[in-house]
Parts: sequence; C-alpha cells; structure tokens
Amino acid sequence: MASTAPLVVQASLLRRLQKELFGSRVDGLLSIALLAALLAAGLGFFRWALFQAQWAVLGANSTLFAVGRYPVEQQWRLWLLIGLLALATGLSWGLLRAFPGSGGVRALWPRNDHWAAAILAVLALWLPMALHLTPAIKVRWWGIFALLLLARWAAGRYGKAIPQTYRRLFPLLWPLLYLVGMVLISGGLGLVQVPPSEWGGLLLTVLMATFAILLCFPLGVLLALGRRSELPLLRWGSVIYIEFIRGAPLITLLFLGQNILGFLLPGGFSPDRVWRAAWVLTFFAAAYVAEAVRSGLVAVPAGQLEAARSLGLPMPLALVHVVLPQALRVALPATVGQFISLLQDTTLLSLVGLLDLLGTARTVMANPMFLGKNAEVYLVLAILFWSCCVALGLGSRGLETRLNPHSPSAQKA
Amino acid sequence: MFLLRQVLFAGSLLGSLALIGCAGDGDGIQSQKMAAIKARGSLICGVDGKIPGFSFVSSDGSYSGLDVDICKATAAAVLSDPAKVTYRDLSSTERFAALSSGEVDLLSRNTTMTLSRDAAGGNALAFAPTTFFDGQAVMVPASSGIQSLKQVAGKPICVETGTSTELNLADRMRELSAAYTPLKFQSGDQTFAAYLQGRCVAVTSDRSQLAAKRTGFPNPAEHLLLPDMLSKEPLNPATINADPAWADAVRWVVYSLIQAEELGVTAANIDAKVADAKANKNLAQLRRFFGVDGDLGKQLGLPADFVVRSVKAVGNYGEVFERNVGTGSPLKLERGFNQQWRQGGLMYSPPFL
Repeated sequence: MASTAPLVVQASLLRRLQKELFGSRVDGLLSIALLAALLAAGLGFFRWALFQAQWAVLGANSTLFAVGRYPVEQQWRLWLLIGLLALATGLSWGLLRAFPGSGGVRALWPRNDHWAAAILAVLALWLPMALHLTPAIKVRWWGIFALLLLARWAAGRYGKAIPQTYRRLFPLLWPLLYLVGMVLISGGLGLVQVPPSEWGGLLLTVLMATFAILLCFPLGVLLALGRRSELPLLRWGSVIYIEFIRGAPLITLLFLGQNILGFLLPGGFSPDRVWRAAWVLTFFAAAYVAEAVRSGLVAVPAGQLEAARSLGLPMPLALVHVVLPQALRVALPATVGQFISLLQDTTLLSLVGLLDLLGTARTVMANPMFLGKNAEVYLVLAILFWSCCVALGLGSRGLETRLNPHSPSAQKA
Repeated sequence: MFLLRQVLFAGSLLGSLALIGCAGDGDGIQSQKMAAIKARGSLICGVDGKIPGFSFVSSDGSYSGLDVDICKATAAAVLSDPAKVTYRDLSSTERFAALSSGEVDLLSRNTTMTLSRDAAGGNALAFAPTTFFDGQAVMVPASSGIQSLKQVAGKPICVETGTSTELNLADRMRELSAAYTPLKFQSGDQTFAAYLQGRCVAVTSDRSQLAAKRTGFPNPAEHLLLPDMLSKEPLNPATINADPAWADAVRWVVYSLIQAEELGVTAANIDAKVADAKANKNLAQLRRFFGVDGDLGKQLGLPADFVVRSVKAVGNYGEVFERNVGTGSPLKLERGFNQQWRQGGLMYSPPFL
C-alpha cells in the first residue's frame, strides 16, 4: 500500500484537477479567470521583486535585523549560541527521524529529510550570498550549516550505540541550552553584561516569544486548575485574574507595564523595561492558555478523576497522572494557536518603543539612506513571521500525532 | 530703638552668613536630575527612533539624527562623553508619561511646544529652545507651475483626515478665501500614494514629513515645497518643570550650539579658536563663551568648558542641521526659519554673559 499510493495519486491528480476546475462551463470560465488573475499578480510580483525592488536595505542592515544594537565585540557569544543550537537541532533531528519512537521506517535518511536538507542547503548557501554579507560571516553560516548536517548524520548513524536510558534523557538538553543561551545573551558568570536595552531584532522577538511561551504554559495550567477548584478563594482569584486580563487589550497592559510601574515602584527598583514587557506578555498569554486548558479539563469525563481517587490516588497525583494528560491532549491545538498569536503579539513591543523585529524595521525605514523601502522590508518581515508560525504549527501537529492514542504510530507502540 | 537696630543688624548678618553658607556647599546648584545622571554615568534620552533625519538607528547600530545630536551634546556637556547616552524609543502617547515618571532625563523627540504642555497645570514640562522650526507646508509637482498656496485654489488637495493638518488647511484656505477640494485619506501612506497617482495637485503635511516622503518618490527633484506655512510647529527638547537647574543646563547647551554657529565656531576649528581665545585677552566674548574667563559653566552646574565639549561632540547648530536634514542630506531641507537671525531666520541665542 505504502509503495503504490504515490503512483495512484499522481495518475489521478490530473483527472481530479480536470474534474474540479473544469467540471462545467461556468467552472471552467471561473477557473480561467482566477488562474489569469493569479498569474498576473504573480508576474507583477516577480517583476517588482527582480527589477524594481532594491534589496540592499536588507544586506546593509542584516546585523540590525538579526540582533539589534547588540555590541559588536560581544557578538561572538551569539555565534557560539547559534552553533550550539545547530548542534542540538542536528542531534535531535537525527535521533527523532532515524529512531521513530515506535517502529516506523528505520532509514538513516528518510525521503522527507532529503528535501529538508536540500532546502536548508540552498538557504544556507544562497542567503549569505544574496545579502552580500562579509566573507567572514558567510563562512560562519556555512560552518554552522555543516555542523547541523554533521550532527544529524552522526546522531542517525551512531545514535544506536547510546543506551536507551541515556537517549531518554536527551530532551533535557533543550532546557539546559535555554539557560546557557540566556547567560550567553545577557552576560554574567564572567561574561560582560549586555543590558536588555541593547538586544533587538529577531533576537529580541524570539527571546520574548520563547520566554512568554515557556512560562505562560505552567501558569495557565495552574490558573485553569484554580478556576475549577472547589476552594472559593482560589476559584475566585483565578476567575478575577483571567477575566481582568481577557477584558483588557494587550497594548493597554503593555503601556501599563512600561509607564505606570515607574510611578508605583521607587526609582531603580522596577525591572528593566524589556523584562517588564516579557512578564506582561507572559501574564497575558497565561489567561488565554488557562481557558484553553480549562476546555481540555471539561472534556475529561468526571468519572476519570473519581476512578483515580477511588483507587486511592491523592488529588495532586490523580490530576498529574490521570486528568491532565488527557486534558492537555485535547487542549493542545488551542494552546498552540495561542502560542502562535503570542509570537505575533510581540510586534506590539515596537509600539512601546522596544526594538523588536518590527521596531527595528521601522527605525531602518527612517534611515534617510533607505527611505521608501517599506515594501522590501515588510515583505521580508512577513516571510520571517510566516516561517516561524508555520514551524510552530508543524511542530504542534507532529506532537498531536505522537500523543494521539488513535494514530497509527501510537497504536503500534 | 537701639536694641531694635542691634537685632536688625544681627539678623541681616546672620542672613548673609546663611547665604554664604549656601553658596559654599554643592556649588550652589541643586539638581537631583544632574546628580542622578552623574551617579549613573549615562544620560537617558527619550527619542522617537523612527523619524527620518531626526532619530533613527543607522546600519551600524548607532543612533543618529538631529534629535539624537541634542542628546549627545547634552551628554558631552554633563558627562564629557557624547557616547554616554542611553536611548529610549518613545511613542507620542507615552512620551510625557515617561518624562514625568522619571524614566527619561531628557525628551528630544520632535515635541511641539505649546502652552498646555508647558504650563504647570498642563503637562508641566520645561522646554529648551527650539531646535527645529517645523510647520505645515504644501508640496506640488514642479511641472504644475504653482508657486504659492493661492494658486492651488479650485484644485484638489490630498490631506490626511482627522488630523490638525486638515483643520489648518481649511482655516488657511478660508483666510485666503480660496475654494478647494480636499481629498481626505485615512493614513499618511494613502495620502501620498494618491498624490503620486495624480489624483490631486498638492499634498499637505509637516514640512519635515513632506521632505522625508519626497526622498522616497521616483523623481524627488520634480516636487516642490511651497513657501507658505500653514501652522507653527516649533520642536523643542523638554525636561520636567520640577528641576529648574537641570532645565537651565539643557537650555544653555542648546543655546551654545546656536551661539557657536553665530560666532563661526565649528567642530573642526574649535581647538584653534580656543587656543586663540586663551592667547588673546581681547577676545572677551569668546573667552567667556569657552569658559576661559568667568564661571558661566559653574553657574549652571556644568564644567567651565561645557560649550567646547558640546560643540566638539556634534558641531554647531548649522553643522547639526546640514548633516541630518539639510541640503547635503537625503532630506534636502532648506534652512528657512532655522537660519541664524542675522540671515533672517529665527535661531537666536541670548548672550553668554
């Protein structure tokens, strides 16, 4: 079945297209009109992108877009971090794909991975050239890409030699790497401090988004449990918090955090405004995640908890081992949707004067040397955000399949 | 009577003693802000960060622009290092809150000075001298042959709706008793797009804004700014009312740049001028200005040579203007009102005495 399916699909594709697009005369006319419009738009776009657009604005400001005003002499720390990330990604990729959790294809390079590696190779080779980066930076990107592929190959080839118990511990690498990354970015432990006001661009956007995503999830679960609790104080506290946050627009809360805290706290005691914004994002997202998780909790039949309790499990254990795993599985799509909108919400930081990706773009467009290059900059911004959101979406779908007890791979296990 | 005179004498003696005591400690200047800035080792300057020619981050990650240069000159005067500035990008909605909550020491962010912003019962700001006289202007295609606003009468004008720009235009056209057709748009981008498509013969906005937009046009040279000014927009740096000593210091740093231009002192020739002044006792004005004689700097709580430090850091006002928005820059703005008073402009520094 698995080997014949592609052939059948290919053969029937033309016929299906014919049936769907040109089934009747009206359908045919509509299809032709639509295709012509799409073609015209596509041609117009390519003519603009190839002949009119001036892409120099991106190459000249690539550092600004990537890391903002991060001091040049400290940027080696970020390169080191990217190297570590590439290494960890390569290892995880290799272990995940060459050893699917439960049976599946045990090939070193499954077909999808060829595609992924090829696309990555094109991007890694072509982008630094297209942006006219300096040779030193080009070489660094190529080295990092080589490291990624090497790690992928090594993990797939020699991963078998690692005992199962150690391989299970491997995912712990990521939280560890996150902590190491924070130290590398902000300094401390012998490294020069780089104040958050000098972080910017993609670095700030990704940092804010990951920080808020990682912290809002546990907070949201606690709030959801609190809202379902029978203790009045806990329940009403959670309800008031959730409804207050959901009743105020994020931009209001951001302004509140940026400007009112200065009045409330004695001078010098309020945290840096980048962290203030990060916490506001976290608290904001937590309220929404709480509601997503609550929908999952409601979907778990009451009998599950009662059964667990009657088996003698104390309440916390019953929640952790019986109720939450089922609830979170139901809540996963909604929660990831929340994460994606959180990533997009980070653009609001540019309105409170932080140089996130959008803020950087706006200040670059104000540079008299690059005035009027709005279309080029916004297009690249859109592609960047789209890529990040698609990656999050794909990741969540993969996770859903893995967690779904009815999916084929899980049934084999 | 004698007793009374004795008491009065003793009282006045005590009083003058107290005054002497006051003058003795802390150099007589009591500015919490300045003390805080010196203790912190950096000036926190509120800028917009997104206005062409006024403040933006250039490709190497450093802040540039006319507003930014005011921050640098102030930092040079107070901390003797123009690089010791922490920039804080502020939106127009949060700028006053950030200033009054003490998050920024100085607001150098295209702020129009108005009565209600200055008054203690309003925003309670203390404004430094105007660093850019902006105002609403009108742009037309050069090919239209229009030379003044009167000639626009009866023709369509593109304007952003819901702004003071729209009201100013209506007021002025009524004054000129000239009929016109306003084409109103929701956003600035739409307004300029319509103008470029030829849907109107003129577009109106702030002068600096028009100049900035023009640089992005396919043929910038084919568009003219009419000499008419439809509104007054003096853009001033600002501090808080509550610290008059700090406001004075900022005010005279700005004046020093204007005065330097009047005296022909530039970043390039300042060392030679200072050497001249030191050697020649007859150059009394320059000697006072550079702090060779007198205690002008000390009276402000600044170093004696604060003028030298500021001008060395950013140049005189004319150099700041030319570099950022002048005819040599992509914005290509004429000096106009921002010319020195001797050349018929409004840039006028009171004497350094």
